[in-house]
Amino acid sequence: MTIQSNTRQTAAETALVEAYTTQLSDLPGDPDVLTLRDRLLDDLKTAGLPTRRIESWHYTDLKTLLKDIPAFDAKKGAKALSPFVGGATVLSVLQGKANETRQDAFTATRYSESLTDGSAAARLDAVAADDAIGRINAAFVRDGFTLEIPADAEIEAPIEIQSIHTGGQVHTRFPVTIGAGARVTIIERHIAGEGDAAFVSSISDVVIGAGADVTWIVLQQQGAADTFLGQIRVDLGADAKLKLFDVNAGGKLVRQELRIDASGEGAELTLRGVNLIGGEQHNDVTLVLGHNVPNTSSTDVFRYVLFDRGRGVFQGMIRVAPDAQKTDAKMACNTLLLSDDADFAAKPELEIFADDVVCGHGATVADIDDNHLYYLRARGIPENKARAMLVNAFVAEVVEELEDEPLVEALEEVISNWLEKHA
Amino acid sequence: MLEIIDLHAKIADTDTEIIRGLNLTVKAGEVAAIMGPNGSGKSTLSYILSGREDYEVTSGDIRYNGESILELDASERAAKGIFLAFQYPVEIPGVATMQFLKVAMNEQRKARGEAELTTPEFIRTVKEGAAKLKIDPDMLKRPLNVGFSGGEKKRAEILQMALLEPKLCVLDETDSGLDIDALKIVSDGVNALRSPDRAFVVITHYQRLLEHIVPDTVHVLYKGQIIRTGGKELALELEANGYADVIGEAAE
Repeated sequence: MTIQSNTRQTAAETALVEAYTTQLSDLPGDPDVLTLRDRLLDDLKTAGLPTRRIESWHYTDLKTLLKDIPAFDAKKGAKALSPFVGGATVLSVLQGKANETRQDAFTATRYSESLTDGSAAARLDAVAADDAIGRINAAFVRDGFTLEIPADAEIEAPIEIQSIHTGGQVHTRFPVTIGAGARVTIIERHIAGEGDAAFVSSISDVVIGAGADVTWIVLQQQGAADTFLGQIRVDLGADAKLKLFDVNAGGKLVRQELRIDASGEGAELTLRGVNLIGGEQHNDVTLVLGHNVPNTSSTDVFRYVLFDRGRGVFQGMIRVAPDAQKTDAKMACNTLLLSDDADFAAKPELEIFADDVVCGHGATVADIDDNHLYYLRARGIPENKARAMLVNAFVAEVVEELEDEPLVEALEEVISNWLEKHA
Repeated sequence: MLEIIDLHAKIADTDTEIIRGLNLTVKAGEVAAIMGPNGSGKSTLSYILSGREDYEVTSGDIRYNGESILELDASERAAKGIFLAFQYPVEIPGVATMQFLKVAMNEQRKARGEAELTTPEFIRTVKEGAAKLKIDPDMLKRPLNVGFSGGEKKRAEILQMALLEPKLCVLDETDSGLDIDALKIVSDGVNALRSPDRAFVVITHYQRLLEHIVPDTVHVLYKGQIIRTGGKELALELEANGYADVIGEAAE
């Protein structure tokens, strides 16, 4: 982390250091892992939580926003939910602890085992100077799943990673390797059960092999008092296709980082985000997308809906490497700002070092279109109902691009339930 | 059924008066054509009847079945049976056509204290209505008006009209953008809805539409007023001689 003045430790920083000391005795890890954990915590102690002076944290000053950290509580329990879509294979992580293993069409092992035997050490470290989430998660992570999808596997039923808690601290990690030519849908759900405030960090570290075809849904439904620090790292191989849908419909303080590299020629990314923000929520989605080789493409569309005193942040950085000719990258961020007290910040950035590329970005912030509203009302639909329909439509439009009916229906239900509570 | 009495209206938040003392009476069962040159206030009249908030009535009254509707908003007017077929129906991405139709039909029924349609009833009603207007069922699976051709949009408007069963139908330049075949389908759809308890206000530039939807009365709108009223032969006269003569007579 870049150097900053050594200001006094905040309550949250003190709590983090104390939590580490308390938990140290039972954090899983071989000597390599434990040494790395110690170093990461030291980094955290020295640098503190990121502030607005760190560019990538400018709109989410974690040092100020993170007020306190609930204690880890091993006694807390959580119950698995029914699958998000019928027929999905559920892998549950209850209160941060992986609940089952599998070895059939694919392999799922407990991440804690790889911490204990030290094989996790190689990919445990933070990935960038500003990777505060990587640092926190690596210091505290206890469990999760290591998934391996064999090459050429055609997995029909979606795999659902279900992380559920009832408060306290949850730190999970999901290293996923998808073999060349495999086809799979993975749903990653982060849900708060009935319970107390939680501090959650989670990293999915996904390597997608050549020619694989992957749909990945992240659905974040944390509790109204929860902090969620999420990160999705993706390495996309040659001719691999990834549809990544990131839906945020919960949490008090949310930062979701998407660090994606298109590192094989012909790789194709379809990235869609839906962010529903109300009350006093702060919801930041930060994308860093690297087009690292020639002939890769990406389209990114993010939608934000803000009510009340909600605060939304979108940071989208597309980097095109010097020899990444014929890159085709489009990024759009559209926001419905439905309250005078809500606030939205967008920072799209392009860093292009190749000269034969098509790259573009656009951001809009608007209220509901009066013409649309009038048309619906002229058909007898009362104003409040017409507004709800239009807000729903604004995000449904993005969800429908999934072209998977059960998933679309399930996501639309999450969205309409959220809107009914907050609109 | 409809009485417009010395109506004056302007664009809200401006001093631009568009309707300047308009009088018009349309009886139940009547088809009244409103014709007039560009900029005479025809579309504005249709918006004001439907309750669009971009316009402000400064004096006069609009009575529907004997009661003033000036205090009613657009959705309340629709629920009372006033329907505007738009000249340019808006595309609304993300709103499924079928969902929209169902919500609109049921909200109107609710407002009138009627029971909501069951899903099978609804689907059957829509399918029958769509078939009559030669609407491809696939079109109804798309988001509302999105990617519809000009003709498809107008047919979709008439389908909505048939499903909502309004009592006062205002058609704003429904013929614009239609080829001869589509014009016939749309006109047949309108004619099928003609009944003794339903009135139509048909706004158009051209006599062409009135060959298919034959009006009982023709009214010439100019500078926000009705300057001449006649039978269907007035439309033919306008087609032959243009508006200049009528405007000239009115000025004398």
